[in-house]
Amino acid sequence: MYDVVVIGAGCVGAMTVRELTKYNLKVCILEKENDVSLGATRANSAIVHAGFDAEPGTLKAKLNVRGANLFRTVTKELGVKFINNGSIVIGFNEKDKEHLELLYDRGIKNGVEVKLLNEKEVHELEPNLTKEVKYALYAPYGAITCPYELTVAAVGNAMDNGADLKLNFKVTDIKEDKGVYTVISEDGREVQSKAVINAAGVYSDKIASMVGDISFTIIPRRGEYILLDKVNGDIVKNTIFRTPSNMGKGILVSPTVDGNLITGPTSFNIEDKDDNSTTDEGFSLVIKQAQENVNGVNYRNTIRSFCGVRAVGSTGDFIITAPKKGFINAAGIESPGLSASPAIAEYIVEMIKEFMPLTKNEAFNPIRKPMHYFKEASIEEKNEIIKKDKSFGKIICRCETVTEGEILEAIRTNPKPSDLDGVKRRTRAQMGRCQGGFCTPYIVNLLSRELNIPVTEVTKSGKGSYVNISKTKGE
Amino acid sequence: MADLVIIGGGPAGMSAAVSAYKKGIKDILILERDSSLGGILKQCIHNGFGLHKFKEELTGPEYAYKYEAQVKELNIPYKLNTMVLDITPDKVITATNEEEGIFQIKAKAIILAMGCRERSVGALNIAGTRPAGIFSAGTAQKFVNLEGYMPGKEVVILGSGDIGLIMARRMTLEGAKVKAVCELMPYSGGLARNIEQCLNDFDIPLKLSHTVVEIHGKQRLTGVTIAKVDENRRPIPETKEFIPCDTLLLSVGLIPENELSKTADVVLNPVTNGAFVDQDRQTNVEGIFACGNVLHVHDLVDFVSEEAEIAGESAADYINGVKEEKTDISLSTDGKIRYTVPSKITAKKDVKIYFRVADVFKNVKINVHSGDELVFSKKAIKVAPGEMECITLKKELLGNKSELKFSLEVL
Repeated sequence: MYDVVVIGAGCVGAMTVRELTKYNLKVCILEKENDVSLGATRANSAIVHAGFDAEPGTLKAKLNVRGANLFRTVTKELGVKFINNGSIVIGFNEKDKEHLELLYDRGIKNGVEVKLLNEKEVHELEPNLTKEVKYALYAPYGAITCPYELTVAAVGNAMDNGADLKLNFKVTDIKEDKGVYTVISEDGREVQSKAVINAAGVYSDKIASMVGDISFTIIPRRGEYILLDKVNGDIVKNTIFRTPSNMGKGILVSPTVDGNLITGPTSFNIEDKDDNSTTDEGFSLVIKQAQENVNGVNYRNTIRSFCGVRAVGSTGDFIITAPKKGFINAAGIESPGLSASPAIAEYIVEMIKEFMPLTKNEAFNPIRKPMHYFKEASIEEKNEIIKKDKSFGKIICRCETVTEGEILEAIRTNPKPSDLDGVKRRTRAQMGRCQGGFCTPYIVNLLSRELNIPVTEVTKSGKGSYVNISKTKGE
Repeated sequence: MADLVIIGGGPAGMSAAVSAYKKGIKDILILERDSSLGGILKQCIHNGFGLHKFKEELTGPEYAYKYEAQVKELNIPYKLNTMVLDITPDKVITATNEEEGIFQIKAKAIILAMGCRERSVGALNIAGTRPAGIFSAGTAQKFVNLEGYMPGKEVVILGSGDIGLIMARRMTLEGAKVKAVCELMPYSGGLARNIEQCLNDFDIPLKLSHTVVEIHGKQRLTGVTIAKVDENRRPIPETKEFIPCDTLLLSVGLIPENELSKTADVVLNPVTNGAFVDQDRQTNVEGIFACGNVLHVHDLVDFVSEEAEIAGESAADYINGVKEEKTDISLSTDGKIRYTVPSKITAKKDVKIYFRVADVFKNVKINVHSGDELVFSKKAIKVAPGEMECITLKKELLGNKSELKFSLEVL
């Protein structure tokens, strides 16, 4: 019997389960996929918003601002990349200018440092903005991070501190009896717990309905991105947003923490919660708007286009509620959900305190070894590591310079990946400009060896996504 | 410290090493990232290599072994499983391997011979999902020929580059059904002989002016939607056709792997994505030479070897301090001819100039002008982007020229 079970291992679930391990609780996180971080957390803009956007007084505003403040510490503890690069909202016309002033006021009310810039100032700050950019709002504390790295690290740290992770656990029913919840998976497994946190992303309305809460719905919203090679990664320093309009927030242009350039997202409501397919219309919109914002966004440098599905709640604000004693929703966590995630975790723990006495876990260790420690080490330090384990001397992924040692370590570290994409998210192998053209066969062999499965059982991203289907005739 | 460090132990690197050795350079080191010499030829188990160079038809591994045997016989040192991480403009090379860790070598001269990579599906912005079953043709070739695994059994190939054509045949021979090869352009990017031997002989349809417009399937590929494209290469919606398949192979272009060259301040030609070089295959950085597919993508390994010999011999001359009096003639092109290698030549010796055209042209003249003066002219029945062309300019023609313009005249 667990004290708390968290459903959904996206950034909100991950940060929450980690927060819970700071107390003497038996906790578990359930994930329907074969790895953590596969929902909206997998594919988003990776921005830690400063907090000027949300309307003052909303949960979004409160938790965004608090979350952004916590981010620096949390990412440091978890060894996750975080760069305080700054954010700029650009305006092209008078109408935009008015909206920028509104955002400025919101920023002040939310307690966020913001500054309105004139044409000259904004172009001095970002010389590659197009000459059509006339006005801007500057938030020096806007930042960027890596959402799946954060999620892997938070779950890993929680596991180091005693939490359990159950993968491939697709919740199909929840029963409550005398204050004990039984959470049942599609394959018949059962988990019992005194409390349940619903952090199931686009499916959080479905999960809530299992305990009779039908007070909200979640609309899946498609967001397509085009990611560019590192050769284009430094054309802007700040994250460049457009002034939001009734057509949505528009396409942003931002460096990533790994030095690439990300452009997107589109914003289309869709029917199918699992439909993460890209569209030609989406690509056209991304390309058009990104090039309206910034000069020199060269799509010949594209290395990947992808789509994420965001969980848009029906209330307009984050839905963090307790419809039943012991059951807490963390639903409708759309943007700025990533930024708010450390604060959402704190907020949920406060809610739990109302019905469950919590005592501090004195043994809690907030620190997790960074996944990229080898990459960031000096040559001398690297050679010390290679002396102890020579596989760190062997490069597998050339584009991102990832060694066999780093890949093996990732495969052996909680939460353990079981497929090519899992290795990719943890090590960046296959994530560079050749997109695994050279290293995929090597990593397939490493996974086969480490997981003790035949090569034909190695998958790209879980069930059914086989890389090879059989041996050749001669084998 | 070494006289000559060669980055890459494929056909270019080995050939360059042997040539430099024969010119008296003994202190050579080849750095190869893979576990054996030979480069991409190891997975090219088909025949057709060596017709120009050795007047016989060899497989890729056989061709590579001709050079590997010489490297071993001459005791030219090489390090395997060794990846170069950085090259500085003053020729300090940082590399890593399991035994030595990260180490540095200072070289008197460097030959860049890193080859090329395939353009990936990621670069194409194809609509739809991102399932398993999509490979660049070379990755699939590695799985099939070296690892012994079949990536799939119902195949569509996008792009008609040579590796794609070769893999169409290879997958067919392994029992897969290749349903179509789609080529965006109205002509194939591959060699005519490969169209004949790899597609026509197996009744595999080549759909020119066609592309893949959507990818289907959640876990594993379930099919692709293809469409004909108009003259502006835009898909025509009415021509959309769904082809069920579990595998999509891409053969949509090769890109010289010049990330290391950039760290050494080598200037690249945006047309070839390879370095600008002179007739000696020397880059803008003195003592750094380039040859093979890292310089520009070749159709035939025979010409890679030839180019590498020039680079090897020139590097030897450079190390030995041989200084010839040089005159610089810069070469330019008219657009119908996309580029020349080299792009700068001397009037002191005969020079072979390699080039590619931008489109398929029939009955043409290749003209070389110095100002208004026609210096050289040669007729050709047909030229195509998929086949590299070559002319030799005799030194007598070059005299005191300072620039030459290459143009293509359609008769």
